[in-house]
Amino acid sequence: MRLVEARRESLPVRLLKWLKLDPLLLLLLGLLMTLSCLVLFSAGGGNIDLVLRQLVRFGVAIGVMLFVAQITPHALKLWSPWIYAVGVSMLIAVAVIGVTGKGAQRWLDLGFMRFQPSEVLKLAAPMMVAWYLGDRALPPTVRQVLVSLVIITVPMLLIMDQPDLGTALLVGSAAFFALFLAGLSVRLLLAGGGLALIAAPIMWFFVMHDYQKQRVLTFLNPESDPLGSGYHIIQSKIAIGSGGVMGKGWMNGSQSQLDFLPEQSTDFIFSVFGEEFGLVGSLLLLLLYVLVLARCLRIASRAQDSYARLLAGSISLTFFVYLFVNIGMVSGLLPVVGVPLPMVSYGGTSVVTLAAGFGMLMSVNANKRLMNR
Amino acid sequence: MARRRARLRNPDMEIRLFKGRALFAGVVCLLLAATLFGRLAWLQFFQYDNYQEQSQDNRVRVRPIPPTRGLIFDRNGQLLADNRPSYQLEITPELVEDMDALLAQLESVVSISDQERTRFKQGLYRQRRGSYKGVPLKFNLAPEQLAAIAVDLHRYPGVSIEARLNRFYPDHGTAVHTVGYVGRVDERDLERLEKRAYQGTTHTGKAGIERHYEDLLHGEVGFEQVEVNVQGRALRVLDQQKPEPGANLYLSLDLGMQRVAERAFGEEAGALVAMDPRTGEILAMASMPTYDPNSFVNGISVKDYAALRDGFYRPLFNRALTGQYPPGSTVKPFYGLGALEEGVNTQGKKIRCIGYYQLPNEDHRYRCWKKHGHGRLDLDQSIAQSCDIFFYDLAHRMGIQKMHDYLAPFGFGRELGIDTLGEEGGLLPSPEWKRRARNRPWYPGETLIAGIGQGYFLATPLQLAVATSALAMDGAVPKPHLLQRVEHADGRVEHHSTEPMGQVEVKQQRHWEYIKKSMEHVVHHRRGTAYWNVGVNSEYRFAGKTGTAQVFSVAQDEEYDEELVEKRLRDHALFVSWAPVDDPQIVVAVIVENGGHGSSVAAPIAKQVMDYHLLGEAP
Repeated sequence: MRLVEARRESLPVRLLKWLKLDPLLLLLLGLLMTLSCLVLFSAGGGNIDLVLRQLVRFGVAIGVMLFVAQITPHALKLWSPWIYAVGVSMLIAVAVIGVTGKGAQRWLDLGFMRFQPSEVLKLAAPMMVAWYLGDRALPPTVRQVLVSLVIITVPMLLIMDQPDLGTALLVGSAAFFALFLAGLSVRLLLAGGGLALIAAPIMWFFVMHDYQKQRVLTFLNPESDPLGSGYHIIQSKIAIGSGGVMGKGWMNGSQSQLDFLPEQSTDFIFSVFGEEFGLVGSLLLLLLYVLVLARCLRIASRAQDSYARLLAGSISLTFFVYLFVNIGMVSGLLPVVGVPLPMVSYGGTSVVTLAAGFGMLMSVNANKRLMNR
Repeated sequence: MARRRARLRNPDMEIRLFKGRALFAGVVCLLLAATLFGRLAWLQFFQYDNYQEQSQDNRVRVRPIPPTRGLIFDRNGQLLADNRPSYQLEITPELVEDMDALLAQLESVVSISDQERTRFKQGLYRQRRGSYKGVPLKFNLAPEQLAAIAVDLHRYPGVSIEARLNRFYPDHGTAVHTVGYVGRVDERDLERLEKRAYQGTTHTGKAGIERHYEDLLHGEVGFEQVEVNVQGRALRVLDQQKPEPGANLYLSLDLGMQRVAERAFGEEAGALVAMDPRTGEILAMASMPTYDPNSFVNGISVKDYAALRDGFYRPLFNRALTGQYPPGSTVKPFYGLGALEEGVNTQGKKIRCIGYYQLPNEDHRYRCWKKHGHGRLDLDQSIAQSCDIFFYDLAHRMGIQKMHDYLAPFGFGRELGIDTLGEEGGLLPSPEWKRRARNRPWYPGETLIAGIGQGYFLATPLQLAVATSALAMDGAVPKPHLLQRVEHADGRVEHHSTEPMGQVEVKQQRHWEYIKKSMEHVVHHRRGTAYWNVGVNSEYRFAGKTGTAQVFSVAQDEEYDEELVEKRLRDHALFVSWAPVDDPQIVVAVIVENGGHGSSVAAPIAKQVMDYHLLGEAP
């Protein structure tokens, strides 16, 4: 049966298979990258430089993806605890000797480059949970759930201390997805949620310091900083809203072309997209992301073992969470967190991390179960 | 219970479990995507009109258009302060990634002096972040510099060349103390000025007329609605409300006379005030040395400013209004009038000058400037020959309080309220003043020195001119002023004139004639102190009074330049005069610092100015 299939496949597809890449996922990602270049060209006011630099980053990202795709899930599983340990150590190092950049301590100066360890944890944390649960019978016991929660909480607390509440929540949710997909009992989930609801006010009134409360308040209510992120959100909403159903047309967004938008090539790139391509364009973009998610979940469900399944599943869901948080943020639905629009926003770090994640998915896909049981 | 002990793995079950969970998560994700879509539909469909409107508003910015500053002319329409177009190099810091690199690049095209660099750095520091305003780097670009930069402008993001109207003083130092100068608006100015009206205005009056009549000169700010990007770069003008230019001011100054006056001083330091005694209009007001106000317009370096401020002659100091000097013998006619009025001296009564004067019961000899004495002379000749002994005697008999009371109505000892800044009031001594200021009683000897305009007595050149005017005009004390007429932007012309400040009343009108005659004798009598220097060859008859002020007496005063006292101990030379004697048209008061004798140094300067006015002669 496999021989028959193989004969039908064209040469490019066979080449991709040999490279351990999934053609459909690659196609969808390629579409996102093309879109990224188009919107960046417009956001940069017709400046090709920005696009060229993004293309270089995509090149690096594809290289990373290709490299990671060659690593078998088995090897990934063996390395998981070490990657996690190194990541957490680096977070501790940042806390002790880190370089302060953009008002928060997030960077580690390695001499030749500056490095953001919290980015590593976005993958390392779910890997660690998948590693821990992967060898155990599922669904996890209460004890296993508690151990998993410790694995999740340690990096979260360290990142929160930087302070980077947004990233901490993203790292936490990525790892939590692995736990959820492993079959975390719904009763425990509800109990935990209930406990958190009770604990929150107690923490607020009796445990947290004033400066910590202030951080949470600024996070939840950017309007309290009208010259900072509040201004961004207002401008962004005007951009998106004024796009209307059909949009103002590519390169025609007055908000973006007149440079009113903040960070319009990075976190706020969707505002440019929404203004220029309207509701119809936005719908198509959402559809594209849903297709990526669907393909990723499909790959996850055909993984060869429990570890690969949990890892692939959590990466897929995390990818979608980024999308949701980003668009929710620029459209004024969610607080402002520094989350880029996955694969579209300008910027190196996030694209490389995402590409590494997709590399793992490719690897999982290339090593799927031989027979569908 | 068995589950816990031997948890055998069931791969199929685990896969089913995962698929169930993944499906659930997928559905949740779909719901989230639907939420996003709903949110976007809300913004882009239901709220579209609202945001569309806001987007329009966003493009449109209201920007102030600074008004054109009014010009300043002399009485004959000669320009004193002009606006000249100039090009300046500006950098918008928000658009520059690496400022040092950019400056280095620019430096290869145009020279950037240390002063320009420092001033630019200060400008950068002062500007609020995110205001997207250009900070000027170089002013008054020369044509070749302009061309060199303009060609490559696209290579330097954030760099722009702006055309601005720059204040320019075509005669440089001439009348600088009167006209003043403008400078860039700084924080202290903003505390004083109305913020709304000064949006977009870069310069404001800092001294002299430029500052005193700032409200008239500035004009009304205008506004334009422009489509801008966030850099504030205007793409299109949508609507405009034109600014109203400032009014043009015509001063009473005569630029030609001012030039004559300043030239007449040569290298000497001092001051001159020429005014029309009938109207109070200031015709010329000089303070020497001068300086070039153009160097202040776009900011003077700290070093250059310090050199001006602390220089030997202190050029920034407006001697005509702020300089307080002992008036010396120039006050004798005023005391003479008082003596006549009081009957202390009657016309024709003579005393003998033997070269010194002694108070009863005192050994101290108060000397006359003429060592061996003038012999017998009356009041008329005492003024003409400036005998000190006569006035010691007069002062002794009149007493300090009466001396004070007779001089006060002439404007001594108080500010006269001329329409510019920096006027000082001088000091007309009295026992009451001394008690208040020094907490000391008045000594009889001090009365004598006050009688010859020395001691505590201080007057500004302006006060001397005004008081002399009052003598010339039989007691009408003119109110000095500089502004003659205002030409508003709408063409309306407003004339400014002032009423006399007061009238010095006398019991007998002939006392005026007596004193005026004695002052004519100063110039035209063969024994008059100014006869040989200026009177003998004069084509018209005029009146005057010489004065010589001892610098020693100045040393007690804190205000006056101590350096000069140390280095140059020569007396100050003074001369006050009016002409023609019977029909006063011009009053001139001159002081030449450390000039020596009033007759030989100060009087010729006054004569040149009067010649110019009456004969039209420019020497």
